[in-house]
Amino acid sequence: MSVSALRRGPLRSADQADSSSIRARLAATVAGYGALAAATCLLAPLVGSTHISLTRVFDRSIPFADNVDAQIFFVARMPRVLSGAVVGAALASAGVVMQALLRNPLATPFTLGVSAGAALGAILVITFSTAVTLGALSPVPLASLGGALFAAAIVYVLATRPGRAMSTSVLLLAGVTLNSFFSALILFVQYMADFTQTYRTVRWLMGDLDVGSFGPIVASLPLVVIAFAMFAMLPRSLNLLSVGVDAASTRGVDVARTQRLAFLSASLATSAAVSLAGPIGFVGIIVPHLVRLMVGVDHRIVLPASALVGAAFLVACDLVARTMLAPVEVPVGVVTAMLGGPFFLWLLVRRS
Amino acid sequence: MLRADGVSFRYGASFSLADVSVDVAPGSLTGLLGPNGCGKTTLLKLMCGVLRPHSGALTLDERPLSALTRRELARHVALVPQETHPAFDYTVMEMVLMGRHPHLGTFQVEGPADLAIARESLAATGTAHLADRNYMTLSGGEKQRVVIAGALAQATEILLLDEPTASLDLGYQLQVGALLARLNRERKVTMVLATHDLNLAASLCDRLVLLRSGRVLARGPTADVLTGLMVQQLYDVDADVQFHQRAGHLTVIPVRRTR
Repeated sequence: MSVSALRRGPLRSADQADSSSIRARLAATVAGYGALAAATCLLAPLVGSTHISLTRVFDRSIPFADNVDAQIFFVARMPRVLSGAVVGAALASAGVVMQALLRNPLATPFTLGVSAGAALGAILVITFSTAVTLGALSPVPLASLGGALFAAAIVYVLATRPGRAMSTSVLLLAGVTLNSFFSALILFVQYMADFTQTYRTVRWLMGDLDVGSFGPIVASLPLVVIAFAMFAMLPRSLNLLSVGVDAASTRGVDVARTQRLAFLSASLATSAAVSLAGPIGFVGIIVPHLVRLMVGVDHRIVLPASALVGAAFLVACDLVARTMLAPVEVPVGVVTAMLGGPFFLWLLVRRS
Repeated sequence: MLRADGVSFRYGASFSLADVSVDVAPGSLTGLLGPNGCGKTTLLKLMCGVLRPHSGALTLDERPLSALTRRELARHVALVPQETHPAFDYTVMEMVLMGRHPHLGTFQVEGPADLAIARESLAATGTAHLADRNYMTLSGGEKQRVVIAGALAQATEILLLDEPTASLDLGYQLQVGALLARLNRERKVTMVLATHDLNLAASLCDRLVLLRSGRVLARGPTADVLTGLMVQQLYDVDADVQFHQRAGHLTVIPVRRTR
């Protein structure tokens, strides 16, 4: 399926809106972008310093222990590709949900302070680490997850009013304030740190998908799965919420419940992604906007499409990061930011 | 029957509504008049359950609104807000189909019946030709009619309208007015219309409720309530209220402020 077949332009005529149209569009979207994501994940591990061939990788006549191509494919490169897919899908979907929750197309998964909380947690451990480990989980991802959830909890408590809708302005102000406050704490901790710790901190802040093994990905999966299960409840309510809070309420949406669900699911997905790979910026805004240009703005289509395109996008960005200046690897966060910065500005100009 | 009985509501410390009682009889078209800040919008939001009163009771067919879920209530009462600004570029058809939300389960998708209702609502408001257009690109009058179509698609027996003609030019004002009159007459949709346009209220409404500073100043049949004296008390404006032969209803000509 070509991407152009998924465009809404001339296809969105009256008879396209027949009874099965949403289901048909959803099926076409999932099939098309699912194939794109799968192909990206399959092809990306083939590229790298050592050339390997896909046929040799899947050649069952060679035992795995002797099949160097398969070992490079599955052991050396696949964890990194899969972590890119998981992080990309989580951040892009969280971006969609945040933009609908805040009724603002320029919101990102990091707008409400989750990434700053994660960064503070990570930096505290990098700087003052006593090398605490919990089973297979290493301390930095754990601390960043804790920081992210802590930040989300603060914003949640500030913005929730019993029995009433969350205030979007309180959400935004609390998020922006928390971002600055945590940034100040991060600078303070940095000031206390030595050069090695500062270097590790800066590298963490750039974002890195090189997770080393499947372990960290598996560890993050429960959170990601819970977040996506919550996302699945939301799309039609998000449509109405993005039209207006009162409009949604009078159309039968339980606004307070939808906002809580949206906030918690987006925070969970973002926390999981950031603890896995650091704060990789711009995925949560570029991907939803690209997807809306292609499939329209109905969240029932936009949300699953963004998850799939987000996966493909981040895996592709990481491929660029690995190969652009090979053998030197550029952090993937730098690649997404170099693409995302100009894209964001273009969006702003286009909107005005 | 939608009924407000001794309802009070306040934003912060100041009273917004105090002891307001209104009966909305089935099939009626009630006008809600009063100066800015008198509580018209607050009363509409109370009547559709967006706000909860601090005291007093709101009931729909004898059942308190607080006992109904948002979904149940949305199948009986719809609101047309003053202005609708979606954050994303929804098409007109998408906007109108959102009216079907309270009739669908969480994972349910609009079926042929929902699409038929949406198309019919578009046709009833004269916006069928706009179905594939982007809502944001429409004119003010088109937008207002599309929002009304969305409320019609909700298939409620009661429709609350918050100044539906406020941002429209004279031609669109008459067009939307005629649309509301027709929906009330032909589909028996019960309506409550908050408006600053006394002539629109005079032409459409069979009953009026006059609100001043959060209290009911007067209520009753339009012919009884819409008088020079009442306009004077309501707005501090000296006005001539006369029956207009060609228009076929009372008209209000403001003359001067009295304070």
